[in-house]
Amino acid sequence: MNPPPIVRLDRLGKRFGDGPPVLEDISLEAERNEFVSFIGPSGCGKSTLLRLIAGLTPHSSGEIVVDGLTPEAARAEVFVVFQDANLLPWRRVAANVDLPLMLRGDSRPSRRQRVAEMLELVGLAGEAHKFPWQLSGGMRMRVSIARALSVAPRILLLDEPFGALDEMTRDQLNEDLLAIRERDPFTAFFVTHSVAEAVFLSTRIVVLSPSPGRVASVIPVPFPYPRCAELRESTEFLRLLAQTSHALRAVHAPEAPP
Amino acid sequence: MKRRPLWRYPAATGILLLALWYAIKRLYHIQSFVLPAPDEVLAAAWQERRTLLASALLTGRGALFGFLAAVGIGFLLSMLMAFSVRLKQSFYPYILVVQMTPVIVLAPIFVLWLGQGEPSIIAITFMICFFPIVANTTMGLISADRNLQELFVMCKASRFQEIRYLRVPSAMPYFLTGMKIAGTLAPIGAITGDFLAGSSQNGIGGIGFMTIAYFSQLKIPALFATGMVACLLGFFFVGGVSLLHWFLLHKWHDSMVKKE
Repeated sequence: MNPPPIVRLDRLGKRFGDGPPVLEDISLEAERNEFVSFIGPSGCGKSTLLRLIAGLTPHSSGEIVVDGLTPEAARAEVFVVFQDANLLPWRRVAANVDLPLMLRGDSRPSRRQRVAEMLELVGLAGEAHKFPWQLSGGMRMRVSIARALSVAPRILLLDEPFGALDEMTRDQLNEDLLAIRERDPFTAFFVTHSVAEAVFLSTRIVVLSPSPGRVASVIPVPFPYPRCAELRESTEFLRLLAQTSHALRAVHAPEAPP
Repeated sequence: MKRRPLWRYPAATGILLLALWYAIKRLYHIQSFVLPAPDEVLAAAWQERRTLLASALLTGRGALFGFLAAVGIGFLLSMLMAFSVRLKQSFYPYILVVQMTPVIVLAPIFVLWLGQGEPSIIAITFMICFFPIVANTTMGLISADRNLQELFVMCKASRFQEIRYLRVPSAMPYFLTGMKIAGTLAPIGAITGDFLAGSSQNGIGGIGFMTIAYFSQLKIPALFATGMVACLLGFFFVGGVSLLHWFLLHKWHDSMVKKE
């Protein structure tokens, strides 16, 4: 028998107040350690979908089960990497990574060790004593990822984490994210605007159509992990890139004649 | 490009203003008991130095106590109001009422309750300093970044943790702004209080009291000197708060951080 899915969305719907539905009839199951990307035009409710899984906003209809629990109850297993790095400007890098551990009440020696490990993992061991404003955008994002991973969440929600970065930095962080996942596996839900990023990272890409957000298509990505930079040049990768772009274009202009 | 020293322009303006002062006095033959010359003011300040120093210390003490009371009580009240909408709704209108009531009216009431002298002066200073601190701090506490609030939710932070590690630090710049405004008001408050409710021991009162004394004795250069001392006291307060501002924020806040 297969293990139960770690996240199950069943005809999930969301509207804010009496407004029009933002998301409608979203059904999706994610296996443990899957990497699911959500892609779609602005206003398709990608970020709202992540917020629903995080339990930051209540859903309006349907069902959502995270690790057998409601999203609110499952919070200890979930962490979010926000759109901007979302660091506390008055805390140094190490103290920012330490924040979730401190709030959780871990002991001081174990926290110190874990923070050092995490900074090592994201390649920022030398920057522990800097303040966020002293870092580049890419480095700040690394701190944010180190902070999210410090509590070893089983599910990581990433809301366009690399959207504001240049392409080189983004590619590098994509590779690093996968390398980190090889060491400490987690299930990932990843919102992005970049087709290349989605194909490179994911086991599955979910294309959403706008107003209200619905699942337009699901594209499986068959490449095995570990994936390295050369994958981006393979024919198979480029073929999937084209297929995903095509699916995305289709939801951008749904009224186009056949 | 060669950098000019920072003091050059203000010094030039100062010299110009002093020259203008002398010129007007000469040109219109203004008597010294109406407009003393700057050197007469300095001479009077030197002559009255003991009295002026004693009164500055007295007023400074009143201003400091009133200011500190306003900072402490204002901060606590802001915390209460920031964490309960109901408390805020209950208190805020009355804080405004207190702020809107002129000190001129409150002063006699304080004198009636607390007597002539320092307690009344402290109370009046407190009344003047209180509002900017409460208004700014409350604003700071309720406007912590939304995304950071959600981060704390994701971390399952307790209410106390959220206050201690998110709300209070992010309110710091607002709190300090409130303190800066209150810092400029504190000496004015104490002098006003002294003017309205001051008393003298051995003929020496606070700055407000000395203002009345010098005026009634027609010691006009000394009256100007008193103004000078009051001004210095104000700078002293603002300097103190600025120092605290620097100490608390220079490492991280945008207002202090130099970017190359």
